[in-house]
Amino acid sequence: MQLICENLACVRGGRDVFAGLNFNLNSGEALVVTGRNGAGKSSLLRMIAGLIAMTAGKLTLKGGEADATPGEQAHYLGHLDALKPSLSVSENLAFWMGYFGGGVGIEPALDAVGLAPLASLPAAYLSAGQRRRLSIARLVAVPRPLWLLDEPTSALDQQSQLRLAELMRGHLDTGGMIVAAAHGPIGLDSPRELKLGRRGTELL
Amino acid sequence: MAVIDLANPTRFINFVNRALPWFAAATAIAFAFGLVLTMNAPDDYQQGATVKIMYIHVPTAWLSMMCWGVMSVAALGTLVWRHPLADVAGKAAAPIGTAFTFICLITGSLWGRPTWGTYWVWDARLTSMLVLFLLYLGMLALYWTAEDPGRGSRAAAILALVGAINIPIIKFSVEYWNTLHQPASLFRKGGSAIDPSILWPLLIMALAFTLLFFTLHFAAMRNEILRRRVRTMQMMQAQELAGAQT
Amino acid sequence: MSMFFAILVRDMRLSVRVGGGALMGALFFLIVVVMMPFAIGPDLNLLARIGPAILWLGALLATLLALDRLFATDYDDGSLDLLMMGRMPLELAVAAKAIAHWLTTGLPLVIIAPVLGLMLNVEMRAMGWVALTLLAGTPALTFIGLIGAALSVTLRRGGLLLAVLVLPLTIPVLIFGVAAANAAIVGPAPFGPPFTILCALSLASFVLGPFAAAAALRHGLE
Repeated sequence: MQLICENLACVRGGRDVFAGLNFNLNSGEALVVTGRNGAGKSSLLRMIAGLIAMTAGKLTLKGGEADATPGEQAHYLGHLDALKPSLSVSENLAFWMGYFGGGVGIEPALDAVGLAPLASLPAAYLSAGQRRRLSIARLVAVPRPLWLLDEPTSALDQQSQLRLAELMRGHLDTGGMIVAAAHGPIGLDSPRELKLGRRGTELL
Repeated sequence: MAVIDLANPTRFINFVNRALPWFAAATAIAFAFGLVLTMNAPDDYQQGATVKIMYIHVPTAWLSMMCWGVMSVAALGTLVWRHPLADVAGKAAAPIGTAFTFICLITGSLWGRPTWGTYWVWDARLTSMLVLFLLYLGMLALYWTAEDPGRGSRAAAILALVGAINIPIIKFSVEYWNTLHQPASLFRKGGSAIDPSILWPLLIMALAFTLLFFTLHFAAMRNEILRRRVRTMQMMQAQELAGAQT
Repeated sequence: MSMFFAILVRDMRLSVRVGGGALMGALFFLIVVVMMPFAIGPDLNLLARIGPAILWLGALLATLLALDRLFATDYDDGSLDLLMMGRMPLELAVAAKAIAHWLTTGLPLVIIAPVLGLMLNVEMRAMGWVALTLLAGTPALTFIGLIGAALSVTLRRGGLLLAVLVLPLTIPVLIFGVAAANAAIVGPAPFGPPFTILCALSLASFVLGPFAAAAALRHGLE
């Protein structure tokens, strides 16, 4: 499977955020998008997820399902956790599993992020880090080949970051792909790096 | 045990656990006594047996107002002394007051059918009760909407006090709006206009409903305290898990 | 289909949990209807005559105001982004939200309408007909309001904007709803034609609403 981005451009609020962006990402590879604030890291992820329209260019997921867009085969972990405080931890996860279809089951997914003991508590009682982990459990619960992670390590403590890194490695080992926007290291050994900047972009 | 000791939630729960059976028994006896008196009370020469609805209607009307009074006092306790038990007292009173107001409206409506020929007339006193019912529902909605009980209680306390100031104004306005109403007759100037044969059953029924109110209120307060403890323990569980992992 | 029900069940569950607005619409309906006699006067004959109109106006306002947060909560917590990444067409997801909303907000209005009719001195027999027109018409209100809810969330404004956008669109529903109710109670025009048109409006909005709302969400969100 291969994610191909050809000549992507993004204009937001009348401002050129980036243009002429080309990269390919193969199965088992991770790409870390870096750049200063406002360089368009989040925009790029949201564009791949299909949440904002492409100004120009083409996005394909070669080897993926023909009748689904790349966004429909991707998980998006944004700044917001998409949790409902009045639903319990397991109800929150169960909803997204039901909506995205199938998966490995609630118990194993919660176990993977260390939230299994809290399954029956309302999500309102969770701390910011625990909410983030519950959000990550969604990625584990429903298999989708492409993970789009926007600052995945924010709000996570040391141990949770290690656990996330392990989950990401597991995902890559099974042929998955990761595109992550980050300011610092996210715990992967040798990810490729895409640097977004005002004078064009560099693929390192 | 001094009364002040009851301000401690744990002691309060112990007190309720011991006192509740006595309150319940007293309520049952008062109701039994009151209902027998009610049955033996004379029928109205015009309204017949329908008049006996009054023995439920009038006490519930009194209590629905008293209950707002209890909530207002609790509101002062919440806002001035920030006492957790006052929070709980206010919150526990709201659904009970709503229920009493609802019973008052239903019995008024049932009484209205044979008397006025329709289930509802925009009579000043019934309408005032309806507005009170709406205020109670607003109070319940406020408690229901607040996710954090502490913040919800303070908001509800302010609403309770605003309501307490407003209720007389509403009552006056509604009476002005509808000048066709019967005068309040029990505590009229120059003594009661009601015959003792009706007054006694009414007072006993009022006592029974008052006892019922306190029985329910104490039980509801105990349940609310326990509910908050469960909540606190669940939150501690979430925190402990976070602590154990780092 | 299981995805459709996942949304339906979640939204219904949310509306009955703490902070949900399940009965708030019905409560608002009750208050609006009770306010009317204070403005009009307690004349039972007059109230009986305009009763269906009052009930319809109350139901209209209650439905629209309750729609305010339909997408806003999902937008605020990021759920809306993920809903757009599902395999199911966004139109269906939006329709599921609207149906859940109608079941928890619209249906209670229909159920308490007879009680309120009693207070407006509308005859018992006639009240059945008024409730029937509400049952047929409130889905149209929800599905037209859905468009406004989607538009206002993309503009990040709620409340009055929604009402300003949507109220003019609901005029046909109001006209035929009240016409059908009056026809059933006082005549002389037959009940059939306005009621049929009311049902047609509901069915049409059932199709139009989700498409327009999904389009608004797709184009409006960034």
